[in-house]
Amino acid sequence: MSRAAEVRFERVWKRFGAESVAVRGVSFTVPAGTLCTLLGPSGCGKTTTLRMIAGLEYPSEGRVLIGGRDVSALPPAERDVSMVFQSYALFPHMTVLENVCYGLTVSRRPKREAMEAGRAALDSVGLAGFEARLPSELSGGQQQRVAVARALVLEPSVLLFDEPLSNLDARLRRKMREEIRDLQQRLGVTVVYVTHDQAEALAISDKIIVMNQAVIAQEGTPRELYASPASAFVAGFVGEANRIPASLRRLDDRDAEVSIGKARLVLPHRGLPDGPAELALRPEAITLLTPADPAAMLEGTVSKAAYLGGVMEYTVATPSGEVFVVSPSAGFTPASGDAVALSFGRHGAALLPGSLGTAA
Amino acid sequence: MSELLAREPAGIRVEGVDLSYGATRVLKDVNLEIRPGEFFAFLGPSGCGKTTLLRLIAGFNAAQRGRVLVGGKDVSALPPWKRDVGMVFQSYALWPHMTVRRNVAFGLEERRLPRAEIATRVEAALRLVGLDGMGDRRPAQLSGGQQQRVALARTVAVRPQVLLLDEPLSNLDARLRVQVRRELRDLQQSLRLTTVFVTHDQEEANTVCDRIAVMNEGAVQQVGTPMELYDHPANLFVAGFLGTANIVPGTVLREGGAAAFEVAGGTRIPLPPGLAVPEGARLMFRPQDVSLLPPGSDPAGRRLIEGEVAHREFLGASMRYGVRVGGAEVLVDVPHTGGEGHLQVGGRAALALDATRVKLLAG
Amino acid sequence: MRAAGLWSSLLALAAALLLPWYLTHDGIAAAPLAGLAWLSDPDFGPGAGQVLAQGRWWLLPALLAPAIGLLAALLPLPRPARAWFFLLAGGLGLGLLVAQGYAIGVQGWSAPWLEALFGPMEDRQFGVGWGGAMVPAALAVLFAAGLAGRGAFRGDAFTATVAVCIALAIAVFTAMPLVLLLGDAFRDAGGALAAGALFSRLADDRLWSLGCLAGAPRCGVVWNTLLLGALVGAGTTALGLAFALLVVRGRLRLGRPLRWLTVLPIVTPPFILGLGLILIFGRSGIVSLAASSWFGVELGRWIYGLPGVLLAQLFAFTPIAFLVLIGVVEGLSPTLEEASSTLRATPRDTFRTVTLPLLRPGLANAFLLGFVESMADFGNPIVLGGQFGVLATEIFFAVVGAQADAGRAATLSLVLLAMALGAFFLQRRLTARKSYVSIGGKGDAGLAPPLPAGVRRLCLAVALPWAGLTVALYVLAISGGFVEIWGRDHTPTLRHMIKAFEISGGQLTGLAWNSVITTVTLAAISAPITAALGIVSAWLFSRTRFAGRGALEFATMLTFAVPGTVIGVAYLRAFNLPPLELAGTGAIIVACFVFRNLPVGLRSGMAAMAQIDPSLDEASHTLGGGGADAFRRVVLPLLRPAIMAGLVYAFVRAMTTISAVIFLVTADTELATVFIVNRVINGDYGLAIAVAVVLIALMIVMLGLAQLIVGRRRIGRRAAVAPSIQPPGVQPGGAVA
Repeated sequence: MSRAAEVRFERVWKRFGAESVAVRGVSFTVPAGTLCTLLGPSGCGKTTTLRMIAGLEYPSEGRVLIGGRDVSALPPAERDVSMVFQSYALFPHMTVLENVCYGLTVSRRPKREAMEAGRAALDSVGLAGFEARLPSELSGGQQQRVAVARALVLEPSVLLFDEPLSNLDARLRRKMREEIRDLQQRLGVTVVYVTHDQAEALAISDKIIVMNQAVIAQEGTPRELYASPASAFVAGFVGEANRIPASLRRLDDRDAEVSIGKARLVLPHRGLPDGPAELALRPEAITLLTPADPAAMLEGTVSKAAYLGGVMEYTVATPSGEVFVVSPSAGFTPASGDAVALSFGRHGAALLPGSLGTAA
Repeated sequence: MSELLAREPAGIRVEGVDLSYGATRVLKDVNLEIRPGEFFAFLGPSGCGKTTLLRLIAGFNAAQRGRVLVGGKDVSALPPWKRDVGMVFQSYALWPHMTVRRNVAFGLEERRLPRAEIATRVEAALRLVGLDGMGDRRPAQLSGGQQQRVALARTVAVRPQVLLLDEPLSNLDARLRVQVRRELRDLQQSLRLTTVFVTHDQEEANTVCDRIAVMNEGAVQQVGTPMELYDHPANLFVAGFLGTANIVPGTVLREGGAAAFEVAGGTRIPLPPGLAVPEGARLMFRPQDVSLLPPGSDPAGRRLIEGEVAHREFLGASMRYGVRVGGAEVLVDVPHTGGEGHLQVGGRAALALDATRVKLLAG
Repeated sequence: MRAAGLWSSLLALAAALLLPWYLTHDGIAAAPLAGLAWLSDPDFGPGAGQVLAQGRWWLLPALLAPAIGLLAALLPLPRPARAWFFLLAGGLGLGLLVAQGYAIGVQGWSAPWLEALFGPMEDRQFGVGWGGAMVPAALAVLFAAGLAGRGAFRGDAFTATVAVCIALAIAVFTAMPLVLLLGDAFRDAGGALAAGALFSRLADDRLWSLGCLAGAPRCGVVWNTLLLGALVGAGTTALGLAFALLVVRGRLRLGRPLRWLTVLPIVTPPFILGLGLILIFGRSGIVSLAASSWFGVELGRWIYGLPGVLLAQLFAFTPIAFLVLIGVVEGLSPTLEEASSTLRATPRDTFRTVTLPLLRPGLANAFLLGFVESMADFGNPIVLGGQFGVLATEIFFAVVGAQADAGRAATLSLVLLAMALGAFFLQRRLTARKSYVSIGGKGDAGLAPPLPAGVRRLCLAVALPWAGLTVALYVLAISGGFVEIWGRDHTPTLRHMIKAFEISGGQLTGLAWNSVITTVTLAAISAPITAALGIVSAWLFSRTRFAGRGALEFATMLTFAVPGTVIGVAYLRAFNLPPLELAGTGAIIVACFVFRNLPVGLRSGMAAMAQIDPSLDEASHTLGGGGADAFRRVVLPLLRPAIMAGLVYAFVRAMTTISAVIFLVTADTELATVFIVNRVINGDYGLAIAVAVVLIALMIVMLGLAQLIVGRRRIGRRAAVAPSIQPPGVQPGGAVA
């Protein structure tokens, strides 16, 4: 299965009625053979985008290309994509095997061949032996796998997932996301994956497209998004972030000196002019110190402390506002009410371009 | 807010409860003691009986055997409306035909309180959850998070002896969930209200609760503080449910005073002295108890095990590697320090296990 | 529990002291005796007077039981002891009163062994009146309070009262009449028990003959009924499906007008269509006349018989199948079809392999519904049947015909009942199998695919002509009321209307006034009772748990399956004698309306209740509201639209029903539908149609008003409403029901 295809959106709009715009002039490319996540809060347009790739919605404007071919006006059946639905959408009146073979059967493949391919697909998701069951006799996780097998059996060049894990509980979710990632790597297929869960997106994606209010907020690899969010929205949505007021002085055409209270830090200026700026600071990039520590950059008082299995979560009141800190539960563990100092370095801190004034 | 302080926090005792639906045993000999003023969680996978147990305390289910005491009083035979137990439902269960204020006033009216007191307590409750000024809205005009707060205000307004929360965060999106759970904790602390929280999300339970009862298949597996459960899980289920655990089969060998654990392939891991050795034990350690080194030497002189990186997952604050050693896969968390220098999938790596952190657990 | 006991005891006592115990045909207000003399009168006196002044000692429980209940409620007793007193006083009091009612009838002791036991009885008793009905009812509530006090029904007196009252009502007004009817089937002509009687009647050739296959003039009525039912079931399902697909999936502009079709059967007595057919194809029908005058072809009487009844029923019941199937088609999750299309199925493949199979349970359901409707229909076969007899009409003739053979009527009823119940059980099994609609957790919002072109063309080809024909039929049927003499003189006239509804000199001298006023009055009395009972029982069955709930719910639903004709015969049999001597009164008709229509109200109530998340009333429970509070403050306000719909529906159904009440009406209580059928049988079509038009207009006005009121109050029924993309123009639910 090496027919993985690239997916391209060219200035695609989708309007529902006169008023509501679900997708606003979006352009992006999903390289062939990668797993790309559409991430965003509910109502941001990510599902509509996915459905336009599937052919379940048609763009109001712009072009959708799959493998270089313009499919904007093609019905789903002619697009060479398969989709796994949030509710799985298994046919309740067919057995598991009939479900999986469905795509082949309606493509008029010989029955024997279809059955064999179906069995192989079931085997690949670890459901051999469940052929004769009805979907209602399977657990949520198993139903999910049947849905995946059913989509895979057609050997599509693009595989679409619409929040496939949202009906599973937290434990199973982790397991299934690993399985989906493994499968994608094994088959080398292009996957577009919709989710509102940033942890899921970070864990499995080659590329993440963050959407907000019908437009793309930022796209990039998980680490790029995490290390240099383009806006306060992305900083807050992908991982947690403290937003701390700072002032900026350009040093050269790349870096700037950032002052937070009496502390100084050199960071890429990301095109920001001199003057007040906003800094996104990852909670786990902050080290908690005793107040007297020479490395102290900010001082404050612990207002809340909670244990989180292996790590502690602190809320620290500082002159720059409340700062949220995640630190290992071993070592220095102050209690609520204790005075502490904070220190942080270049890593885990990023200036937020365009966040002052434009932040919603 | 003083109007809404719990009169006197009440404890909850569940004694020897068995509950079946037909042939299915949903709760099996459950015994629990929830202390007054405590924030307590029932944590477990779906179908483990946690919601059934909560509804038993509320009075919606009846047990075949055993009893439930609230504030020292046996309430097993009382219907919900005579129990003085407040409950927040997963769906919030706000009455769509009443305004927010009428929703909150409902329980107070049922208690036949004077009008003036109802009015002050409703306002206090709405202020408490930050919804003052929204009293005249209808539930449909509120966002999910606001609806959740109305449900909470409605429940605390009657000053129940105990507060029951049935997966109250599951209908909120991931971002809001983190915020609301902190607010819940603050609220519980300020009202000093005995609170029971049902969830399947260990992170939720860890962050808000004083103590947790981990449940599986209708039975309580272990009760303890989040740290106790994480550091000293009683069995494999608890170890796996709270946080991520590496679980390795093998045999315990004793040589003189020292014990070691031999895994398939002959690798021996020294066990810390004085570790209890249950029957058929397996070795358990957390992904962060292992460090990942380039293959070759170890500066600290620890025993190294070599393997191949099978996959990796970016978790934001850390990178999780799956390293294939022999037939097994060991998960290793490495703090993410920015930049590159990460091991690639397919590369070789050496594992250094902190032997003082390992546990032996019965299956 | 204490309050319920106290109030029920007080009520029972007051009724025993003040309300006339026996049935007074002149009504309570018109007591002809001056002063307080009526208190001790043998005919008009209340229970107390009967015991003290008339020496009717057997009525003593009516006084003693409430007194004991009252004492137990007032004295400072522990809860269990008080509950025991309530239980005993209520239960024993009720039991003894029922026992005496059946033991002492119009001729003294009703059985010889009673006389042997208690000695001769000079006295006689007629049917019970307000007092005699109220006291046992209040004692039943007292009994329920006792049950609740003993911990049954989770200790909730409200639940207990509702459950006990519904159980009693079902027992008296459904179970008992049917059981008595069943007994009749085993009696010979003389009234003695004879098991053989049933079998000899069952073996009757008139039931089972297959002679028509061999050229004999007709087949047995059982075969006729089955054949007709199967044809109507299949026909209405096919037509209904075509309509439903077009309206939901056809991207038509005709959606709204077609939906109006669903209102027609609700407001029309079913036999109006039969009448329309007569006006077209009957001997003086326009088509027949045209055929003979233009082509010289005599079409004859072909419409009288199977073809006519079949056509009339198809026209009458297709809208019902349409209504059912609209719901089924709308309930299909579009995601399944979307999934199919992403799996490379063409629209035709999707329709064939996913849509149709998913509709199968709904289709089977619609078929059975059509089958049952056809079997129970009385109006069309009586109007159009001619020599083609079906069970419903045979029963009628067995009761009113020359032979007046009660045993035969009972036996035929038994056969009809068995067939209806068979269909009912099949239908239940179908619907009990987890419906395909609600699989999966959180739903995807999807778009339903349009119909494949071929299917759409087929549907259009079937549905549009049929819709046109239906409308034409209605128009013709109605215009028949506004011409001089149909078939001979088509001069427009209001003559029939005037004849029916004339007002001269301030007097209602029109022929139909009497029956129309009676109909409206009785329907108006029965509708609120039906709606209230329906809502309360819907709440009971969907929200409470107690031993025997399933059985009670089943018994209530069962009433729905009993054909009207059977109910009519059974009521006639059961309420002819004391103590419940209701025959000939308006009360029996009201009871018949209520218990005939209760399952409909119950079903719509249950459906509405299913829309209300149970945690809404649970939330009320945890905040201190008991059963009654949760019902009053949470459930009732949320159900307001459903209650309104139930009310209107009960009213309208009462106005259009014919099959059951035709046995129960007298000259005093003639109903409009019966009036119409009698006119049709006499060939006086003009008058019949004039009255029908007024009825239909009346009901459309009612429906319109209700729609206005309900439409405005469409508050969110679910706590959390998931946003979804709905295909435009599709509103949930039909007009009512």
